[in-house]
Amino acid sequence: MITNKTQIAGEQNKSMTSYLAPLVQQIQPSGIRRFFDLAAGSKDIISLGVGEPDFKTPWHVREACVYSLERGFTGYTSNAGMPELREGIASYLHTRFDLDYDPANQIIATVGGSEAIDLALRALISPGDEILIPEPCYISYSPITSIGGGVPVGIETFGKDRFKLTAEGLEAKITPRSKILILCYPSNPTGAIMSREDWEPIAKVVEKHDLIVISDEIYAELTYGGNHTSFASLPGMMDRTILVSGFSKAFAMTGWRLGYACGHPDLISAMLKIHQYTVMCAPSMGQVAALEALTNGMEEKDRMVDSYNQRRRLIVKGLREAGLECHEPQGAFYAFPSIAGTGLTSDEFAQRLLREFRVAAVPGSVFGLGGEGYLRCSYATSVSQLNEALERIGAFVALLKKERENKA
Amino acid sequence: MEQMDELKRKVLELLKEDARRTPALMATLLGADEEEVKTAIAQMEQEHVIVKYATVVNWDKVDDERVTALIEVQITPERGRGFEGIAERIYLYPQVKSVYLMSGAYDLLVEVEGRNLREVANFVSEKLSPIDAVLSTKTNFTLKKYKQDGIIFEDHEEDNRLMISP
Ligand SMILES: Cc1ncc(COP(=O)(O)O)c(C=O)c1O
Repeated sequence: MITNKTQIAGEQNKSMTSYLAPLVQQIQPSGIRRFFDLAAGSKDIISLGVGEPDFKTPWHVREACVYSLERGFTGYTSNAGMPELREGIASYLHTRFDLDYDPANQIIATVGGSEAIDLALRALISPGDEILIPEPCYISYSPITSIGGGVPVGIETFGKDRFKLTAEGLEAKITPRSKILILCYPSNPTGAIMSREDWEPIAKVVEKHDLIVISDEIYAELTYGGNHTSFASLPGMMDRTILVSGFSKAFAMTGWRLGYACGHPDLISAMLKIHQYTVMCAPSMGQVAALEALTNGMEEKDRMVDSYNQRRRLIVKGLREAGLECHEPQGAFYAFPSIAGTGLTSDEFAQRLLREFRVAAVPGSVFGLGGEGYLRCSYATSVSQLNEALERIGAFVALLKKERENKA
Repeated sequence: MEQMDELKRKVLELLKEDARRTPALMATLLGADEEEVKTAIAQMEQEHVIVKYATVVNWDKVDDERVTALIEVQITPERGRGFEGIAERIYLYPQVKSVYLMSGAYDLLVEVEGRNLREVANFVSEKLSPIDAVLSTKTNFTLKKYKQDGIIFEDHEEDNRLMISP
């Protein structure tokens, strides 16, 4: 019914696009969106396309929120977030990643990590500034950069380097207009992580060229063998880094919209200005839940990480057995196999896999430079679904091989 | 040794989730050797750590008459043997599905299954109550099972995530 109505309304509307801000008009709808439309509506599809945990938020976290609602905790909080939550975040970052932030003026609770990234970019960009973005990467960085008037500059990373950023790769893209470097390790979509040794040469380049770093560490808790090293923990980097993180991935809290940003007081106070005029404060229910997650949620988190790790082993083995080359992802919950050997582009591969074998995955090309020839497969899904999906991928790759032989 | 214990514990967790998982699958999930997993399972079967591989059934969905009662039983313990002998007398009856020694207002909790109320009632009056040591029984019939062995029968927590998301 509703669809009909909107369609009729749509027919009557004249085009309003000429009113749109040119910056917004230039933004392309994301490639993920297109695949979403292709997959939508079908029930029998197995999805390896989701960028969120398959767990529900731990029960005690949900319960703490419900209880706070019962007690009437439903108002605004202070702009930067409840002081208890900011203290919780500070002590968590200290214990887990050896970072020291003052909860009074170095931390803001935000509407997801998403808002934190947006705030950081808006607080920093002057028109024409170049923003360096190692790719393949999370799909939002480049569009928000453009909306903010900046110029996204992709830095290609490669399968042969296990998608780690190298100092040479970074240096090669630096110009006098370079201002910000956006980092995302553990990486969506490649699962790459960076060790302290990997970071050291990067930090030198950052220092040399006086860059500001936005470090999106939302997957920091999700590493498998090899712990997460925060970029901000490197000598001299704390002041020039805005750390962005959140609760979505580590605590299975995507819908709560709770994240945070930490950094130098001058940067945080600028971000806070934008934050208070745009959203006032992060949702209070989410803040209560986030505090409970930090305080009592580590055991549940470990259990979830254990489970992702099991499925990571399963998917990597399965993809390799299906005949796809696949490096071992060290973080997040994505495998990023190469489909280059099949002779299809990643878009063709993903489309046919979806249409003919009912498995949804995201073509690597949507993640920017270096993504073509790969497929992002999320393993945040049940073992039985993964097994079935891997079987179907195996059948598809075998079919492609036959097709190529018949042609030859 | 400790490593083996860790592996065993993980194997048990995986089997509790789904008893039909193969050693090969579990070895992949745990990053362990398949032979090691097989050995661990064999040992645990031998030691009766793994007692049985069972299926959790929601009988309400099957057209099959069946009633369950939880019976609270008070007992005079036997000299020297305590509750063991009487517990054994009770658990040997095939209609008894489980027997637990409890702290609190009564001693044994006995789960009995029958085709109908009368069958369960007869068991209580003809078999259970006449046992000398049994002082009293209190029969509670279950009306509906919502959750058993950690499994929610009508699971509402389905996966309603989007097919594709960033
Ligand atoms: C790398 C990365 N950063 C940020 C986000 C956004 O997270 P949030 O739910 O906290 O806004 C995502 C979500 O997919 C992500 O993958």
